[in-house]
Amino acid sequence: MLRYIVRRVLWGIALLFITSAVIFLIFNILPSADPAVLRAGRNAGPQQIAQVRHTLGLDRPIYVQFADYMRAVFLHFDFGYSYQYNYPVRALIFQRLPATAFLVAGAVVIWLGIGLPTGIVSAVKRRSLLDRAMMATSLALISAPVFWLGLVLLYLFAQDLGRFPIFPGQGAYAEATTFFGRAEALILPWFVLAAASAAIYARYLRSSMIDVMAEDYIRTARAKGLPERTVIMRHGVRSAITPVVTLLGLDIGTLLAGNAILTESVFNIPGVGRLLLTSIERSDLTVIQGIVLFGAFFIITFNLIVDIAYAFLDPRVRYQ
Amino acid sequence: MSDALLSVEDLEVTFETDDGPLRAVSGASFSVDRGETLGIVGESGSGKSVANLTVLGLTRAPNTAISGRIMFDGRDLATLPAEELRRVRGNDIGMIFQDPLTSLHPFYKIGRQLAEAINAHRDVSDNEARERSIELLGLVGIPEPERRLSQYPHEFSGGMRQRVMIAMALINDPKLLIADEPTTALDVTIQAQILRLIAELQERLGMAVILITHDLGVIVQVVHRVNVMYAGRIVEAGTLDDIFYDPQHPYTWGLLGSLTRIDRARTSRLSQIRGQPPSLIAPPQGCHFRPRCPHAFDRCPETPPLEARSGSPGHLDRCWLEPEEKRVVRITSSGEIGLEAREGVRA
Repeated sequence: MLRYIVRRVLWGIALLFITSAVIFLIFNILPSADPAVLRAGRNAGPQQIAQVRHTLGLDRPIYVQFADYMRAVFLHFDFGYSYQYNYPVRALIFQRLPATAFLVAGAVVIWLGIGLPTGIVSAVKRRSLLDRAMMATSLALISAPVFWLGLVLLYLFAQDLGRFPIFPGQGAYAEATTFFGRAEALILPWFVLAAASAAIYARYLRSSMIDVMAEDYIRTARAKGLPERTVIMRHGVRSAITPVVTLLGLDIGTLLAGNAILTESVFNIPGVGRLLLTSIERSDLTVIQGIVLFGAFFIITFNLIVDIAYAFLDPRVRYQ
Repeated sequence: MSDALLSVEDLEVTFETDDGPLRAVSGASFSVDRGETLGIVGESGSGKSVANLTVLGLTRAPNTAISGRIMFDGRDLATLPAEELRRVRGNDIGMIFQDPLTSLHPFYKIGRQLAEAINAHRDVSDNEARERSIELLGLVGIPEPERRLSQYPHEFSGGMRQRVMIAMALINDPKLLIADEPTTALDVTIQAQILRLIAELQERLGMAVILITHDLGVIVQVVHRVNVMYAGRIVEAGTLDDIFYDPQHPYTWGLLGSLTRIDRARTSRLSQIRGQPPSLIAPPQGCHFRPRCPHAFDRCPETPPLEARSGSPGHLDRCWLEPEEKRVVRITSSGEIGLEAREGVRA
């Protein structure tokens, strides 16, 4: 087991290295705005631009830039300076990360809290009216675009522009100063971010649960006279939930990596996703690079956690 | 019949399917006495498993219609409320299944699965449950039962897993054990061991056993009486001798004729029953075996009742042919009992 983990960690580092190389290449080969031009300002002459380019180190050969960058990242955990903000990228990301993490954590709790029971009930009451209603709702939630759902909720419930002003609206997070203030500001974003995932998890668990409930060992559990509740929860859900764990690990990883970009934009939450968006708009390579690397790190880490968790969830799985 | 532990009368089980109602069991009646072993033989889809799962209430579902009476120990299991029926399952009636590889939960240790079976019916301490589990694993012939308790199912071989299933089914001292094809998924050598184990335990514990199988060869070693099922109906019922030496229903002849036997010439081809079993959604009118029966005649579209016809008491069958005719037409050209249409021998 330990050897397996060590091997996986080494692989993860290699993967991070490859990821950065690919991002670097994409940015330099595919057409993008010239960071030096953007940085130098509107009325800059060619000389000034060249000067800026030199200061940023963009006039050096790509491989030198890449080598320098990699050395800084892996040896000093230094992600360079943002071209736009003239501020360390690491600090920029760390400033934004708590907002994203808080947003994701709350959303995960909500979507698991709604999605899992829905999936179980739907599978157990398969083909009932309740099942059909829940599955139809989930399809609607999966189909609803995040920005649309966000705007609808704002229009309905936001304190500044809503018809039923119950919850803090857009921009409330940035203004909030206390923990509870921030939590309150995140109520609507949590539901928006959780909606599609709750629906996906409900459908996923439902189908997984339907398969499991047809297994021979479920029949055995019933034949030995266990109460139906125990059969469903301890024998059924226990098996059906295992693949959901994989899904959850991947989802948390990608959301922390900036995938909450739409929710953060609609609600004006200063998180990693919004930072990524503005950085792409401004060709701020070092920031993009930094966010992608952090994202890759989260995805790789959560994948590893999932695989290790699997060994505990399924006794048949043994790593070597 | 006075000592019947389980007595099933006119059991009908119909599943509502997209193609229409599927009648898996149509009017089955059978009974098992205390301490007796009953064999139920039939091919896949004959209703033998469904009938027995229904005894335990395991086919109850919104799309299933069940009628008839299932008298067990003075109570009608067909109409028993779900919670009371649950208390019968695994307590008064134990059941084991065909595939021991998939019948145990892969994520839980054997000890836990055994203890769970006890705790479902009895308020006992963890220690007592453990003691009882060890005792039962020993009883079914598992070496080192104490160590085995903390192992997962995948650490057991197929035969050992079936022994665990038997231990689990017997852990609450049931009056009846229903074994649904308990040896079908096992190696031949292991099959014999498991059958012998069931027979031994049956004698030792004095319980009744229903042994469901598609293999007449399996039955012969352990059962007292045999029911032959075909397409949802019991077509013949009798003692082992009745069934093997004076079979009355053409389907039984087919089963006997297709047995592999070492005393049969190696050159002769294994015989088979021609055709397919009928659809249970639209079964043939009258006798269900009629379309495959070379001896069918104009009375067969009328459903023959399950009656004593052969002269031996308790030997019942569902075939319109006269017993005397049967004894002639069931002999094949090779001189044995089988299903064959011979020139000149017509009913």
